[in-house]
Amino acid sequence: MSFELIIQLTDSTIRLTTPLLLACLAGMYSERSGVFDIGLEGKMLAGAFGAAAVAAVTGSAWIGLMAGMGVSVFFAIIHGFAAITLRANQIISGVAVNVLAAGMSAFIGQNWFKMGGQTPQLSGSGRFNEISLPLAETLSGVPVLGAIYSDLISGHNILTYAAFVAVPLSAWVLFKTRYGLRLRAVGENPGAVDTAGISVERQRFSAVLICGVLCGMAGAYLSLGTSAAGFVRDMTAGKGYIALAALIFAKWTPKGALLACMLFGFLEAIGNKYQSITIFDLFVVPVQFMQALPYILTVVILAGFVGKAVPPKSGGVPYIKER
Amino acid sequence: MEAESEKAWHHDAEPALKLKGISKSFGPVKANVDIDLSVAKGAIHGIVGENGAGKSTLMSILYGFYKADKGEIFIDGKQIEIPDSNTAIAAGIGMVFQHFKLVENFTVLENIILGVESGGLLAPSLDQARKTLAELADEYELQVDPEAKIEDLSVGAQQRLEILKALYRKANILILDEPTGVLTPTEADHLFRILRNLKEQGKSIILITHKLREIMDATDTVSVMRRGEMTDTVATKDTSPEGLAELMVGRKVLLKVDKAPANPGKNILSVRNLNVTDGQGVARLKGIDLDIRAGEILGIAGVADNGQSELLQVLGGMRTAEGTIALNGKEIDLSLGDQGRSRRQIGISHVPEDRHRMGMIMSFSAWENSVFGYHNEPEYSRPLGLANQIAIQNTSRNEFERYDIRPRNIDLTATFFSGGNQQKVVIAREVERNPDLLLIGQPTRGVDIGAIEFIHKQIVKLRDQGKAILLVSVELEEILSLSDRVAVMFEGTISGERVTSETDVNDLGLLMAGMGEATT
Repeated sequence: MSFELIIQLTDSTIRLTTPLLLACLAGMYSERSGVFDIGLEGKMLAGAFGAAAVAAVTGSAWIGLMAGMGVSVFFAIIHGFAAITLRANQIISGVAVNVLAAGMSAFIGQNWFKMGGQTPQLSGSGRFNEISLPLAETLSGVPVLGAIYSDLISGHNILTYAAFVAVPLSAWVLFKTRYGLRLRAVGENPGAVDTAGISVERQRFSAVLICGVLCGMAGAYLSLGTSAAGFVRDMTAGKGYIALAALIFAKWTPKGALLACMLFGFLEAIGNKYQSITIFDLFVVPVQFMQALPYILTVVILAGFVGKAVPPKSGGVPYIKER
Repeated sequence: MEAESEKAWHHDAEPALKLKGISKSFGPVKANVDIDLSVAKGAIHGIVGENGAGKSTLMSILYGFYKADKGEIFIDGKQIEIPDSNTAIAAGIGMVFQHFKLVENFTVLENIILGVESGGLLAPSLDQARKTLAELADEYELQVDPEAKIEDLSVGAQQRLEILKALYRKANILILDEPTGVLTPTEADHLFRILRNLKEQGKSIILITHKLREIMDATDTVSVMRRGEMTDTVATKDTSPEGLAELMVGRKVLLKVDKAPANPGKNILSVRNLNVTDGQGVARLKGIDLDIRAGEILGIAGVADNGQSELLQVLGGMRTAEGTIALNGKEIDLSLGDQGRSRRQIGISHVPEDRHRMGMIMSFSAWENSVFGYHNEPEYSRPLGLANQIAIQNTSRNEFERYDIRPRNIDLTATFFSGGNQQKVVIAREVERNPDLLLIGQPTRGVDIGAIEFIHKQIVKLRDQGKAILLVSVELEEILSLSDRVAVMFEGTISGERVTSETDVNDLGLLMAGMGEATT
């Protein structure tokens, strides 16, 4: 494998990891607080649509991003209201978000833009363009390190950098701050939080809102930061579920989320790069199999083949005061 | 010292806590009616009452979980409102719940600071807690390793941590709800030493318990609650367990079980070298040997979770095991699971420990619950696999009558009945099928005193009919008053066996802690 190929694959991995990572961290906040969120997919999709639609109308990617996050947060509030306030079944509420987002994004998209559910092609300031870090041009001549700097580290859009910065930031929030302590506590034993005089509902709601913001960013990345340059029906294509699988694989830690999402991103990159592989001139691995790799890994992880993952103890259980 | 505490509960100083006319209703249910209570500074005040008497509601009002409909609360003579737990904590009220409110995968320090962090970042709070904890530990004999994870702590240590949590929040009034239910006698003694220590430092302690002996040993004053009302408050030295029981129930209660000496017959059950390993590969039962003869009650004592549950589950056919079990000399195949029905067919009845999860189906009617496990018997069946509802209902009605189950309505769902009446439904079902061996786990858990008396009588009556009974209970007093022989379980083994008349609480307590037998 040549050096260039490695750079190329890694670069592709980073791009494909970005939305997964944002969604995975989103899920981490929610689930660490004890609210299971199968609706990452729907929030991402709604966020992607909101971002693309508003960016198409205003011509500003930043306003688009705000709109994407806003739409995603709106769906997060629906989930939070059902799951926390009304103590509904969290899986069902999450599924409802997914179905609602899939239907509404296509329906409203068709109604507004009459393009079969798509939004108009974005260009220029309507997209998040690649950022060239300082000296990237100059250093590209330097062997190895120069290529790594100018091709790998430089040349991504702002959301990719945000996603990777969010990992250490989340680790710090989770394990070094008061907010993180309470967040972890409320997912493990909400009774302990309640008797300590902290509102379980408020604590959980805050986590669900953070989840909404991050899902919105993930969605905006898909429609404003990739070559799609606009919203396409069902463009999340199961990424929300993959992020959920990655979250389990990551054992609900930020560092784990980074590694797990990069693994999925890498598999996807491989699938995109090699349309088919011939083994010993005998057997051809079809393109469909290569592209199915991330989904196959998802099934394997969810079936529990990859070690034992202990979820937050009170995850999925609405909190009811004992007396 | 004596004179001081004497003075403390006379009302010459402002009481630490005073309640006036507290009332609280839930719909038509009056949980608290016009409650008055006064707890002096530096006193231990006991509150006794049956399940549903309103103790928990009263404490929840004090801790800001509920708002009282009516009434006033005074702390150190000053009237306050307690709308939420924060206010309660700020007012100096600390609560040690029956089920600990600890985050299991946190360290001791993290649990201590939860909710009272000094700022947005954890490090300064943790440092401060570490220092304060060391001081508190010295002052009150409350040693807990600050860096230990909760899941690695013993139950006693977890409870000490709950007390430390309250003290860290500067509690002056400490409320403990059924604190000794999960402790060995030694740990309970340690707890009461701590409480006396706290009392000498001027803290006020409210002790909620159903164990009358603890009330007699530890408290200065005691209040009795019945049906939401505070029926009486007396100085502990002026009362007796019998007197308190009478106040609780409203009639004379027999605390001691009245039974003749056992007259054991032939061997009914023999267990040899029984081993159970759970899904995680942990040995739960290690080489258990037991014998029970006809007309004999064998009590299994021990702190919860030392293998008693697994023993019951194996004998009841709900779990596979290695080793041999023979009933009336006939060996039982232990390699099969889900044998609850076939066990019942060969004469083993089972009153499970966990009534709500295994003894009944809570959302089903009482008459359906009256035959579960026996519903396939010919007398309850009709052709084509249909149930003979008439026969089932007749059986149920009959049992309701003879076991005095109230309300006398077999159509109500199981949830509607009190703990004692639910338990009577289960016990009637299992006892009335005339088993050779009755397995009975925690027969009086969550059951009121009046029903306890009745249930104990039934168990003794069954013994006198020549049946073998295996009684598992974490209540040492229950074991001592019912059993003819006692086996103590510790970490999956039988740590010792005693004839009941030749043992006492201290002796059994040592066995429960895994000590005693090793030295002899």
